[in-house]
Amino acid sequence: MLLQFNVQIILVAAQATWRRSLRPALVRDSVLLPLLGFAGLILLWWIVATLRSEMMPTPWQALVANLDYILHPFYRRGPGNLGIGWLLAASLRRVLIGFVLGALVAIPVGFLIGMSKQAMLALNPVIQILKPVSPLAWLPIALAIFNLANPSAIFVIFITSLWPTIINTALGVSSVSKDYIDVARVLEMPRWRQVLKIILPASLPYIFTGLRISLGIAWLVIVAVEMLTGGVGIGFFVWDSWNRLNLSSVFLAVIVIGVTGLVLDYIVGKIQEWVTHRPASQT
Amino acid sequence: MIKPTANFANTSQTANSPKEFLVIENVTKAYPTPNGGETVVLDDINLNIGENEYISIIGHSGCGKSTLLKIVGGLEKATSGSIWLGGREVRKPGAERMMVFQHYSLLPWLTVRENIRLAVDEVLDHLSPADKKQVVNEHIAMVNLNAAAEKYPDELSGGMKQRVGIARALAIRPKMLLMDEPFGALDALTRGRLQRQVLDIWENQRQAVMMVTHDVDEALYMSDRIIMMTNGPHAKIGEILDVPFEHPRVLKELRSQSTYYDLRNHALNFLDQHFSQDD
Repeated sequence: MLLQFNVQIILVAAQATWRRSLRPALVRDSVLLPLLGFAGLILLWWIVATLRSEMMPTPWQALVANLDYILHPFYRRGPGNLGIGWLLAASLRRVLIGFVLGALVAIPVGFLIGMSKQAMLALNPVIQILKPVSPLAWLPIALAIFNLANPSAIFVIFITSLWPTIINTALGVSSVSKDYIDVARVLEMPRWRQVLKIILPASLPYIFTGLRISLGIAWLVIVAVEMLTGGVGIGFFVWDSWNRLNLSSVFLAVIVIGVTGLVLDYIVGKIQEWVTHRPASQT
Repeated sequence: MIKPTANFANTSQTANSPKEFLVIENVTKAYPTPNGGETVVLDDINLNIGENEYISIIGHSGCGKSTLLKIVGGLEKATSGSIWLGGREVRKPGAERMMVFQHYSLLPWLTVRENIRLAVDEVLDHLSPADKKQVVNEHIAMVNLNAAAEKYPDELSGGMKQRVGIARALAIRPKMLLMDEPFGALDALTRGRLQRQVLDIWENQRQAVMMVTHDVDEALYMSDRIIMMTNGPHAKIGEILDVPFEHPRVLKELRSQSTYYDLRNHALNFLDQHFSQDD
């Protein structure tokens, strides 16, 4: 009895030391070191702002100046005077509409290119030429077509979202393992069902890679587009703050834009895991 | 008592019941070469297989044995010649000639159950959902995968994956089973166990099986006849070896018979001889 008790104590102690030796490493890797990185960045900002106080506010000054925005993200004080949450929502709405429209076009086109040699030969040169064009170059064309800022911004996002999704979908479709296709052929699966039940699920990881890249670039581009088109949005907020020489708000916007981009990528990654039943690769 | 080896050769036509279930007639397979010529892989293959017969095809790698299996399966086309199954010519892949693939070919986004269900849905679409479910459950149980039914293929060991492949193949009730080195990618222990399982299933419910292998022991243990191919290019059927052991077979008992070793040596000698010729 006593012996058993002793053994138990030893086991508990061993477990405790094991946990103790494991947990600090985890805390360090996932909390302390990332915090160190941010602290270093803020320190750098602080040093520069202290040395050249006429150039930019220190982090503390920026925080104080932005307190109203941070505490009341959803205020409405008349037309055009909205909280930063509303601006963010307006930008997100444009990005999501453009991105979804882009995906609806890009995924079928990618399938076509991946499955048909002729379609690949016909469309590949067009894509290769249009892909390196800055999406902003489409803005004047969009404005000429729509005559309105909002649809034009959505159109630019739509164009932006096309290329990575098309290219990755085509790659995924054309690299579906021949083994899977052989299974479908032996089972006498008709072609259209092969597309739905074999090729689509097999290429989903590639499609999601394309979607994540597209959404990332779309979020980059919307800020620039809104700077040019004006109106309600986080991009115009940046430009407007600069014009009012309010650099504090620009810093706030940079952080908000960065965090939002991260959250968007995380959400698409989660959707990918949910759809493909497999952990999404880190990008 | 070692019999003269000549006795083993080409005695197959007299043995067993009718062997006209699958007929391979003058099948030749040639690939064009870049310089305008052609490489003949299979040269005029003729072979009949009975309705309940388990045959193995054995030969060195590159002799075209897998190509022959794929031609029967319809995944590759013969350059000339024809394949007949139950009196009807086959030109396309078909579920009545179901394949078990060397590298399992499970769909990684589906669970074990869903992989088998996909095949059942596709081939047995006249069944009611309840019957389909029962077919799937029966075959999961048949290969002892109840505990792993909801797992995805990348959570399974190689032996388990191939059991899913076999369950998927059997679930759609094919007239003939084509197995392309089904145990080739498994470790020796798993291989032995799975051979036993497949043999058990086959002994309970016999059907035509064509298995490609490079393992003489596996061929002797499992099959009724061994088709020994000469080396490619221009591979032909070199010899057909009848395996006279009664089913159900027990490996231990086989190994205690001198006939087993006579056949084994004969097959190995055949392979050696064709190997040295090539060099």
